[in-house]
Amino acid sequence: MSDRKQGGRFRKVTDKVRRAPEPQEDDLWERVQLARHAQRPYTLDYINRLCTDFEELHGDRYFADDAALVAGFGRYHDTPVAFIGQQKGRDTNERTYRNFGMAGPEGYRKAMRVMEIANRLGMPVVTLIDTPGAFPGASAEERGQGGAISRSIQMMWRLDVPTVAVVIGEGSSGGALGLGVADRVLMLENSTYSVISPEGASAILWRDASKAKLAAQAFKPTAANCYRWGVVDAVVPEPEGGAHTDHEQAAEILDQYLSRTLADLGAMPAAERRRARRERFRKLGPLRDPEGGMGMATGRETPPPG
Amino acid sequence: MSRVGRNIHVSVDRLRQLAQREGRPGRIKADAGTCPKCDSHYSADEMRRNLRVCPACGHHFPVTARERMEQLGEPGGYVELWPELRASDPLQFTDLKPYTERIAEAEKSTGMGEAIVCAELEVRHQPAVAAVMDFTFMGGSMGAVVGEKFARACDHAAQKGLPLIIVSASGGARMQEGTLALMQMAKTVIALDALAEARVPVVVVLAHPTTGGVWASFASLGDVTYAEPGALIAFSGPRVIEETTREVLPADFGRAEAQLKNGQVDAVVDRRELAERIGRVLHILARPAGGDASTAAPALQWAQGGAQRVGEAVQALPSLPRKMMDRMRPGSTDGEDPGEAPS
Ligand SMILES: [Zn+2]
Repeated sequence: MSDRKQGGRFRKVTDKVRRAPEPQEDDLWERVQLARHAQRPYTLDYINRLCTDFEELHGDRYFADDAALVAGFGRYHDTPVAFIGQQKGRDTNERTYRNFGMAGPEGYRKAMRVMEIANRLGMPVVTLIDTPGAFPGASAEERGQGGAISRSIQMMWRLDVPTVAVVIGEGSSGGALGLGVADRVLMLENSTYSVISPEGASAILWRDASKAKLAAQAFKPTAANCYRWGVVDAVVPEPEGGAHTDHEQAAEILDQYLSRTLADLGAMPAAERRRARRERFRKLGPLRDPEGGMGMATGRETPPPG
Repeated sequence: MSRVGRNIHVSVDRLRQLAQREGRPGRIKADAGTCPKCDSHYSADEMRRNLRVCPACGHHFPVTARERMEQLGEPGGYVELWPELRASDPLQFTDLKPYTERIAEAEKSTGMGEAIVCAELEVRHQPAVAAVMDFTFMGGSMGAVVGEKFARACDHAAQKGLPLIIVSASGGARMQEGTLALMQMAKTVIALDALAEARVPVVVVLAHPTTGGVWASFASLGDVTYAEPGALIAFSGPRVIEETTREVLPADFGRAEAQLKNGQVDAVVDRRELAERIGRVLHILARPAGGDASTAAPALQWAQGGAQRVGEAVQALPSLPRKMMDRMRPGSTDGEDPGEAPS
């Protein structure tokens, strides 16, 4: 996988995305289902394929270890890289053990612990986002779920090292964004990234649990749309039929995008990365334009890196 | 029966339902009111004069953003910033009705442009910038305009070297702006660091309710955090938690008093003492006259025009008595170096 070849592919896919038609309801629902497919590669499936070696760390050093979020250091293209991501389980036992990928405050504090070490030792941070949301539980609230997420956002923004976030499956709500404030945000072709899950939105906005399909249509949380909105910087293609059909190939494609993105970021001075990181998030969110002169970004105008 | 599934946001409607279940008014009455706790009745004038706190039992009624500014500020009021910003509809979003309709209704019924009011004011003679949320405007939800106004308030405060006072009252991110609403959490948290760079403090007042993406972003990042009595403060609301985990929650779940015990807030402060309390802490934290160039300096990397400001600050130095500086640096005879001034 030469750099030239990757660059070509990078452009081709993002061009395709830019021209893609608005997905229709069924197509959107299919995406939502694919994003949570039980055989879809999860965080550790990618880490184990991307890294030649990986040391997972456990515990937040305050209270507990949160199995819904994994964090550690891996050897990636012969350099050290910190990997952090929510982890789902496949069978009933594993799902329960991983708490369905819903991290509590301990998960985000473990993530911050690893980010701090990465920053101190000068290694890039890669996050893999795959969660229906942060854990909604009384104990999580008592131990500061809100503050854990806000501080994780704050720490990601403050990092001096290059950072890349990848939405690999389901990216819902603040639980997803807690790992999402990076120099570059990539999104797998069939993943979703939204303010809330379709089920949650259905119950709240339609007051009817059966309107999840309708909610998905309203939120349009696809990779193509997130790219249009400027929420993500590139869409990573998946193997034919979806990432669940071929974990090896899915990881290989992600590897191409990730290695290239890290190389690009590594060539930038740290101060410039932080300035651009701030600008990146600052411009998100269009305002009403009464006189055509507010100067706010209303969507993507420039092609993505690559 | 789990209807909500894994939803972790508290919706405005849910909060209203919850509020109604508990006998609280779902909508904020800007006029006369009956206390849901003790049934005392008050005229509109009494409500306003009592800062919307029941004199009989201490129940805290909701306050609109503009009335809050009047409560906190000196007579003479406040200067509102960027009132012209309005929401757009990036998703062409429709649930039971189009988002544009909801916005138009909210603008009409509240007379406000958005769910946040930013202003410059003085709280007990302490100048500050305030960002106050308004639950009457679509549940105080945070979309692009709230994010933008909040970020501008941070920059403005940093540029002027003023502390920031945040009063939160919000159901969380504004669903109708989808993924872009989620991004406002990042935008606001990043914006707060302008104040960190300028070395000015952030005081947060958590009003009822502060939940979801607002609690999980800027509202939980105050240097000093007060909560109003009875305010619900949570990332996931009680209903969502009960439906998801089947937990039976205590009556005071997530309330200010419980969150004080949990170590999530610094104090529960009665609204009638709030301005005094904020003024006091801002006075304690105020830098000595003349400022401190060594610590204020990073502000210039931040906001436009900052370089000039810091230049002025350096010229204004040193106003500290030589003796004091010498005492602080034993063995040093150079009292001119602003880099060593106390902060
Ligand atoms: Zn009363």
